[in-house]
Amino acid sequence: MDIHEYQAKELLSRYSVQIPRGGLAYSPEQATYRASEIGGNKWVVKAQIHSGARGKAGGIRICSSDNEVSEAAESMLGRKLVTHQTGPKGKLVSRLYVEETVDIRQELYLGIVLDRKSERVMIVASASGGMEIEEIAEKQPDSIIRAIVDPGAGMQQFQAREIAFGLGLENNLIGKAVDTLLGCYRVFRDFDASMLEINPLVVTKDGNLIALDAKMSFDENALFRRAEISELRDKSQEDPRETFASDRGLSYVGLDGNIGCIINGAGLAMATMDMIKIAGGEPANFLDIGGGASPERVAKAFRAVLADKNIDTILVNIFAGINRCDWVAEGVIKAIREVGVKVPLVVRLAGTNVEEGRRILAESGEKVIVAETLAEAAEKSVEAMRAYSKSKKN
Amino acid sequence: MAVLLNRRTRVIVQGLTGKIGSFHADDMKRYGTNVVGGVTPGKGGQVHQGIPVFNTVRGAVRETGAEASIVFVPPPFAADSIMEAAEAGLKLCVCITDGIPSQDMMRVKRYMRRFRYEDRMRLVGPNCAGVITPGQALMGIMPGNIYLPGRVGIVGRSGTLGYEAASQMKALGIGVSTSVGIGGDPINGSSFKDILKLFEEDPDTDAVVMIGEIGGPQEAEAAEWAKHHMRKPLIAYIAGLSAPKGKRMGHAGAIISAFGESAQEKVEILRDAGVTIVPTPAAFGPTVAGVLEQQRKAA
Repeated sequence: MDIHEYQAKELLSRYSVQIPRGGLAYSPEQATYRASEIGGNKWVVKAQIHSGARGKAGGIRICSSDNEVSEAAESMLGRKLVTHQTGPKGKLVSRLYVEETVDIRQELYLGIVLDRKSERVMIVASASGGMEIEEIAEKQPDSIIRAIVDPGAGMQQFQAREIAFGLGLENNLIGKAVDTLLGCYRVFRDFDASMLEINPLVVTKDGNLIALDAKMSFDENALFRRAEISELRDKSQEDPRETFASDRGLSYVGLDGNIGCIINGAGLAMATMDMIKIAGGEPANFLDIGGGASPERVAKAFRAVLADKNIDTILVNIFAGINRCDWVAEGVIKAIREVGVKVPLVVRLAGTNVEEGRRILAESGEKVIVAETLAEAAEKSVEAMRAYSKSKKN
Repeated sequence: MAVLLNRRTRVIVQGLTGKIGSFHADDMKRYGTNVVGGVTPGKGGQVHQGIPVFNTVRGAVRETGAEASIVFVPPPFAADSIMEAAEAGLKLCVCITDGIPSQDMMRVKRYMRRFRYEDRMRLVGPNCAGVITPGQALMGIMPGNIYLPGRVGIVGRSGTLGYEAASQMKALGIGVSTSVGIGGDPINGSSFKDILKLFEEDPDTDAVVMIGEIGGPQEAEAAEWAKHHMRKPLIAYIAGLSAPKGKRMGHAGAIISAFGESAQEKVEILRDAGVTIVPTPAAFGPTVAGVLEQQRKAA
């Protein structure tokens, strides 16, 4: 789960990480009020969306008067900002963060991630901040410093010191850098984060170390014990199709194709999508309904898939184990009667009692295209999709 | 005797008296698994579905001589249950639970390092379908009837995709020595490499099918190891060809976040290591049959 920059900064500031003075605004009036509160004669107005690379997309503006702040706010609020990370649809800007400007002497990069190779926490830092980590890795690979922290022992002072000296910081900044690094690590640990990125972390001309931007993601499996983090969820930043599904306990990822997928198990779901692609189609979504495949879950899955208006065909692929195929077939029939499916529907069942399951589908009187194998299911879906989208155009 | 599990293995069920634990314990017993006890704190002394219940894993081991446990404990408490199993001296723990926080799993892995490698419990999972040695014993949630006993090992992250592979093989008369689900989480107990090592040393396994997916470094590590150490044929499929970067595909671990983590890149790495690639998820059966046929001709 992602949160906004201003929320991440608020968490960081509790752990002695220095941040610029700033305030949240929902309107141009509020933005100018925030600017006057901060004082000075130069401010940054930043669109709060769950994406990086906002600057290039026009989501970060430096202003030197009330009027400019108000204009910047007006131009951003209520619009969708498209960055190279948001996809072509962009993300809605409904909050702004107004900040004081700082005089930058140097930009650094600081990241904390879960490292799957060492199965520990990894700190990543570079003296070449300001660009994305992928770009740093490509252009300045030697500038990247990595340190592994064992969560059992926590991050040690010397590890932070090594990074600080490795970044080439002057002696009078080492203490501040150690505090910042240890603070970031503790935020990461205390809130079950999965990613924390401060880019840039800046050295100011007056000798301070300040987090100019901040990005955080959290382990969704740990939200049960992080109520404070759960409250920071902003559904307006999510794909509405994904929100609809996740509110109903389904694991769904929206894609750009037109063949809707309803499958049990994440691996089988990915494999089925691959098969659709090999057969010449494009999946509209990833959807794992989980092991159970009860009629209620299947009905919810149909609603989630049909919420996407691009759907031209639905493919259901269920491998039934303990939940037998006949029971799953009854569930599918019940669900399509309840939900009302207008597009072609291909169903492939496999596993326990498969003949009985297929018989129930065939004798239901519903228009269901039954497939026996995975390959056949994908081919029939693509065929049905082509016929349907052709008839739609005529 | 296949790997990890056979009909004699004495198994306890942690979280036996819960709904899911009860259901699967029953199913495992029916398949032939030697279930000797269960653990639910506070219900020690009861008999549940004909299985004696203990308050602690240590108590269960003392009374039953259990060697292995399967964990059906809910996510907030599952890490604790795994550590309890490790401390009680079990050899194997299979954790089915989905949704354990990553930091909890890091703690589990660190805790287990306190034991010498030879004495350390082997953890399989979490978030996995379990382990089955067809015709002998089941420690998991997979439907036993789709596996034919035989001589091909299966190791995979996903449950239902593993079923798909096993049933395609069964349709061609190809049986399985043991199937191991290592689970879909970013931090898991056993890696692909760990399980490949077991199959390589197992006299009852002739070839191995590895079912990987996007995300994480484990498939590449396995490829590197197999290239230098594996004499038995390795056959691999990687799911997620159509998955976009940065999106989590169901499994907490199935997300492309670094170089070498996409399906295409993993397939390249495996192919370079001499691994036979299953070209589509509909081709598990024919690809395995082809490799076994070649092996027969060479012998």
